[in-house]
Amino acid sequence: MDIKSLKIQAFETRKAILQMIYTARAGHTGGSLSAADLMTALFFKILQLDPRNPKWEGRDYFVLSKGHCVEAYWAVLAHRGFFPKDELATFSQFESRLIGHPNNEVPGVEVNTGALGHGLSISVGMAIGLKKRKMTNRVFTLLGDGELGEGSVWEGAMAGGHYELDNLIAIIDRNHLQISGSTEDVMTLEPLAEKWKSFGWSVKEIDGNSMEEIVNVLTSVPFERDKPSLIIAHTIKGKGVDEMENLAKWHHGVPDSELFERAMNRLETMKQGVLNG
Amino acid sequence: MVDYRACREAYSTTILQIAKEDPSIIVVSSDARGSCGLSSYVETLPEQFVEVGIAEQNEIGIAAGLSVVGLKPYVCAPACFLTARSLEQIKVDVAYSHQNVKILGVSGGISYGALGASHHTLHDIAALRCFPNLDVILPSDAIQTIAVLKEVSKTKRATYIRIGREKVPVIYDPEKERDSYTYGKANTLVEGSDVTIIACGETVYHSREAARRLLEKGVSARVLDMATLKPLDNEAILKAAAETGRIVTVEEHSIYGGLGAAVSQVVGANNPVPVLNLGLPDEYLVTGTGLELYKHYGLDVQGIAQRVLSFLEDK
Repeated sequence: MDIKSLKIQAFETRKAILQMIYTARAGHTGGSLSAADLMTALFFKILQLDPRNPKWEGRDYFVLSKGHCVEAYWAVLAHRGFFPKDELATFSQFESRLIGHPNNEVPGVEVNTGALGHGLSISVGMAIGLKKRKMTNRVFTLLGDGELGEGSVWEGAMAGGHYELDNLIAIIDRNHLQISGSTEDVMTLEPLAEKWKSFGWSVKEIDGNSMEEIVNVLTSVPFERDKPSLIIAHTIKGKGVDEMENLAKWHHGVPDSELFERAMNRLETMKQGVLNG
Repeated sequence: MVDYRACREAYSTTILQIAKEDPSIIVVSSDARGSCGLSSYVETLPEQFVEVGIAEQNEIGIAAGLSVVGLKPYVCAPACFLTARSLEQIKVDVAYSHQNVKILGVSGGISYGALGASHHTLHDIAALRCFPNLDVILPSDAIQTIAVLKEVSKTKRATYIRIGREKVPVIYDPEKERDSYTYGKANTLVEGSDVTIIACGETVYHSREAARRLLEKGVSARVLDMATLKPLDNEAILKAAAETGRIVTVEEHSIYGGLGAAVSQVVGANNPVPVLNLGLPDEYLVTGTGLELYKHYGLDVQGIAQRVLSFLEDK
């Protein structure tokens, strides 16, 4: 998929996220929107996958470590053909398999996440296992920045460096906000790149809401041989809905009907702009 | 002569044996190759070993990841850390995510008696029985440990196995190792009609000896080895309740939430007969070796026999 098509799909991803949250009257809005471009690029361009055969041996593995942003995950899986788009309407509804966090009974989901700080260790295990099996599949994982407060992330980071896992690519959705406010006020993360470099990772920083930069960086992995790759993707929490952008209160805010309609219309207009541009 | 063997040695020898035959088996260790008796395994099968350092959370996560890509991880670490520090990883990454991870909690219970409460594992049955998709097994001797490992290696189920550290008496016939364990089924070690002693793990031997002593005093005690704590053998429990009318549970675990609680729940709901729970009290234990603590807290042969007698006198 080319950059223009990816950008158009990212609008569809955001609309689907808002629709799910609006219908369910619940969800993690800000972080799903900040990650929408990354998730779209991964599932429509970067990951080797087969929606008709989700367990295909040759697939790249993906773990959504920031599992609360599952709306972005459900959106891209449905739009990529892992399950019917209509099913998105069941998100968080009684007996739906589209739970409020990843559920590996849904095609395309490898493991259940939701408790923060687990995804990197699991991804490290996958990457070690693939190397042991002499397979060339890659492992991608998306972490939140607030999530980096969990000590287990750093256990995983240490192991990734130690085992020289150049088949492992971790992306941090660096939107600078967590539920209580600025990540730096809650618990200082910076200097973040230096931390990861000192753990043996090869680090690049990008604008995580720029499709050009996302595709460019994700098509250049691994950055170095014998090192895991880390992408610090600087994003805007709530990206795509002006009223939500850069506001911690939209971590799991639900729009009212007026804001919902306005946001959906604006996203559609922006999409048309890209289509015609 | 009583034959003493350590379950810890039995499991490490068995893992090496089954891993030699199955290259997809990977042992994962958190700087525990010494304490878990894995030196020979690491020397023999270095490619089937992953060291994670002192990081139990990462250890379980990595094991889950290995399972996702088609390998069969066996996590080996001291039970006290594995089932507390990484409890959430066991819940989410392994059990909830349906991953085929075998979790071997070594030196469990009060194996590390004198090292203090930080090193005791008296909560594992209580905590782990609450996670759907996770079996919980406490072998009672070295022979059954071998049988359990061979049995679970054939399944894709997530399984927690608690193994003790010291040499303990052998209960089962080494020549009939296979007969020592059937998944989800209790073994009747002694037939009896006045009371049933249901035990698990290394208290089983003491329970059997207590039954022999009770017989000398005219009490016919049945003894069940309830090696599988989950799924529990409800049938054997209810048969015991119906046929012997009284049940005593014995375990190297807190009196809360373990075998005693599980048996009491089954009995209470179906056939409420009197049940006495023997285990470790809700307090941090005095200092001592495992055997000294067994004696102090009445889990040795004499303690069990005495308490069973008092329980029957209360009729």
